[in-house]
Amino acid sequence: MAEDRIEKRIELRAPIARVWRAISDYREFGEWFRVALEGPFELDKTVRGRILHPGFEHVVWEAQIEAMEPERLFAFTWPVLANVDKAAYSADYTGLPRTRVEFRLEPTATGTLLTITESGFEKLPAELRGVVFPRNDGGWTQQMKNIESYVGTHA
Amino acid sequence: MRRRPTTEAVFAALGDATRLALVSRLADGQPASIAELTAGTRITRQAVTKHLRVLEGAGLVRGVRCGRENRFALDPRPLGDVQEYVGRVSQEWDSALSRLKAMVEE
Repeated sequence: MAEDRIEKRIELRAPIARVWRAISDYREFGEWFRVALEGPFELDKTVRGRILHPGFEHVVWEAQIEAMEPERLFAFTWPVLANVDKAAYSADYTGLPRTRVEFRLEPTATGTLLTITESGFEKLPAELRGVVFPRNDGGWTQQMKNIESYVGTHA
Repeated sequence: MRRRPTTEAVFAALGDATRLALVSRLADGQPASIAELTAGTRITRQAVTKHLRVLEGAGLVRGVRCGRENRFALDPRPLGDVQEYVGRVSQEWDSALSRLKAMVEE
């Protein structure tokens, strides 16, 4: 079976309010995630920043915030960024497949249970699978038309 | 011996709308010529050739000689490497979460 989803559960010996702050405050998030974010997380907004991992400082971090329920749920989508090699890197993430990341918080007797899921990895192969039998030529032509401007600026 | 393309090369090749579209176009298994790949679009032969080279480098496309014509066919095998990529992302989450744990528990 294809593994198209990541799930991590971690028990933290810290109050839920503390954990929520570490996840939802962009400065604190940036500290443990190693990214210098330009501004705070806001619902339905896109947040960008610079990756702080040595060797990857040229990579733009980007996420679209999809849920912010204090002390319960924080969620965003981000593009699948495997193309981070400096020579081939492009900061234009238009059209890239995106995965969804969710942070779920639950209070426990000793602190907080944090569950992180990242889902949507099936999108890449699925996109390809979906077009194995193209419905019609119109789809392809439209697709090529849609990307003409893209090619124009990246030739 | 040909080196096996890396997951990065496969993702880099697919992380581009034009190349993803080319892969889509070839996904019916029928080899296509550059003329066929550019028909009905304003994309130049040179641009398509350049993108096909990248796909070839990632092992996703190979050239096929049909008589006097060069055609290009999709080779879907490297797509299996996506699973390896998910495994690596999973490890990155482990490291990030251990840093988060250290931060909130201090």
